[in-house]
Amino acid sequence: MAHLVIKAVLLVGALAVSACTNPDKYGSGSNGYDGSGANGGAGAGGIVPGSANDPTSASYFQTAVGDRVLFPVDQSSLTAEARATLDSQAAWLATNTAYNATVEGHADEQGTREYNLALGARRANAAQEYLISRGVAGSRLKSVTYGKERPLEVCSDETCYAKNRRAVTLLQAGLGS
Amino acid sequence: MMFLRSLVSALALALAIAVPAAPAFAQGPLRIEITEGVIEPLPFAIPQFLPESSEASKLAADITRVIAADLQGTGLFREIPADAHISRITSFDAPVSYPDWKAINAQALVTGAVSVSGDGRVNVKFRLFDVYSNGPLGEGLQMGGSQGSWRRLAHKVADQVYARITGEGGYFDSRVVFVSEDGPKNNRQKRLAIMDYDGAGVQYLTDSSSIVLAPRFSPTGDRVLYTSYATGFPEIYMMRVGDVRQQKLTDQQGAMTFAPRFGPDGATIVYSEARGGNTDIFTKQIGGRAQQLTNTPAIETAPSYAPDGSQIVFESDRSGTQQLYIMSARGGEARRISFGEGRYGTPVWSPRGDLIAFTKQNQGRFHIGVMRTDGSEERLLTASFLDEGPSWAPNGRVIMFTRQSAGAGGQPALYSVDITGRNLKRVPTPGPASDPAWSPLLP
Repeated sequence: MAHLVIKAVLLVGALAVSACTNPDKYGSGSNGYDGSGANGGAGAGGIVPGSANDPTSASYFQTAVGDRVLFPVDQSSLTAEARATLDSQAAWLATNTAYNATVEGHADEQGTREYNLALGARRANAAQEYLISRGVAGSRLKSVTYGKERPLEVCSDETCYAKNRRAVTLLQAGLGS
Repeated sequence: MMFLRSLVSALALALAIAVPAAPAFAQGPLRIEITEGVIEPLPFAIPQFLPESSEASKLAADITRVIAADLQGTGLFREIPADAHISRITSFDAPVSYPDWKAINAQALVTGAVSVSGDGRVNVKFRLFDVYSNGPLGEGLQMGGSQGSWRRLAHKVADQVYARITGEGGYFDSRVVFVSEDGPKNNRQKRLAIMDYDGAGVQYLTDSSSIVLAPRFSPTGDRVLYTSYATGFPEIYMMRVGDVRQQKLTDQQGAMTFAPRFGPDGATIVYSEARGGNTDIFTKQIGGRAQQLTNTPAIETAPSYAPDGSQIVFESDRSGTQQLYIMSARGGEARRISFGEGRYGTPVWSPRGDLIAFTKQNQGRFHIGVMRTDGSEERLLTASFLDEGPSWAPNGRVIMFTRQSAGAGGQPALYSVDITGRNLKRVPTPGPASDPAWSPLLP
């Protein structure tokens, strides 16, 4: 299901990019992306619109910006590393205004189901509030908790748990902007 | 659909003859006191119920096996196999040859007969005998129902036998609603399912298109509350078990709701709502306006009503870790009742009102436990990598819960244990299963 969402976003993102002739709107000045090159597709500097090396793409956001922050056991406060990631997310969202986002909060399996739903809500909210504090409009952000229902890693030790205690910023193509 | 009718008139004569001191049997020697001490299961014999017509013979055999399995499954009874029997029961009304049953050490004897009437209804009658007192324990009873309900008839007989011998209510004619799971751990598919308490007759209530969690029965067992991600966000729903009609119970933008339970009136619910990252407990009449019961920056969830509806037990991390609290059903000040080491969650008030069952996490292990409502006499019943989510049998004597195994291939399963910590066993389900909720005794 999450895959479907991402694919849809990629498609819309690619269309939005190729239709745009204003490089500043997509921040091309700061990250070296030549907006007009989008028309040339892969032939122009090897940048494929919508791919991970297209800085306006959701996959770039996922991989280069970093779509997730991690939390210590039973905590929802943001680490310095998490804040740095969220700073990058906020900057990216400030320039890529065609996207809205849902912040998903997750917990590891060491906890009861309903407590973990509440803990996931805390984590999602912590990331969401931080993004808002860095200038992202609240109207562009939603949050949802998955508790321990959607682990990323499946082993039952700290190496997996550390990756599962996360808040993931999932992009959606917005209607406005 | 069912009737439960005493054979008093038919049996009065037999009682008068065989039981010169009838009142003695109420307090007679055939009695299991369910205590914490180690008990020896009570040996009983249940010769195959007599078919009163040829078409009843398979039903008679099946019903007998279900009754025996119910009783033996409690851990309180031990069946003496039929090949050890000396006497044969050839007629439901023939006198019992007590010495033959004493000789094989049967302390209780259950006899019965099954008939199928012209309109296809099944009738079951049974008698329970206290072998060492040479007499019946209680009156003979007859019950009837459709052929499709033969398992329920068997469970009702077993409930009667259990109740007469233990002095406690039975729990066999009951159902369990749970979450049936499928797929790998990082892409688990979940759907609601319902079955008899012993795992028979599984039916699926939802498909696996959205995550469903933690169902709970209404006080009469006709409806189920649960949490679903059908909208993409966790929200609480109610389903009628009879026609699986669903109704979303909350409709608030930006809020996530979960952990719904019925109040004892069946019209009030209590649940958690997460808003702006903070989770509090709310109540409402179904279709009415929400009323907030807790208001702290802490996580407050997993509420459960006392059987009389006056109080609510819940978990909160307001002290820094998950602990159990009790407050008035109208909200207000709460008193903490859990003070042991570790974290306490998912409190569930016993239907008898005397105990709170809970999940405890301590030093990397999970336990199901019980404590009195003032927090005293804490007793841990289980220990494993991950046990959680206790649900009470209708008689408050047995607890069903989720046990999940560790690792990448870890799977949840349903287990039950009695409140003395004995008789821990897996409840059969077709596949991985979690979040069991036990119904009340069916009408």
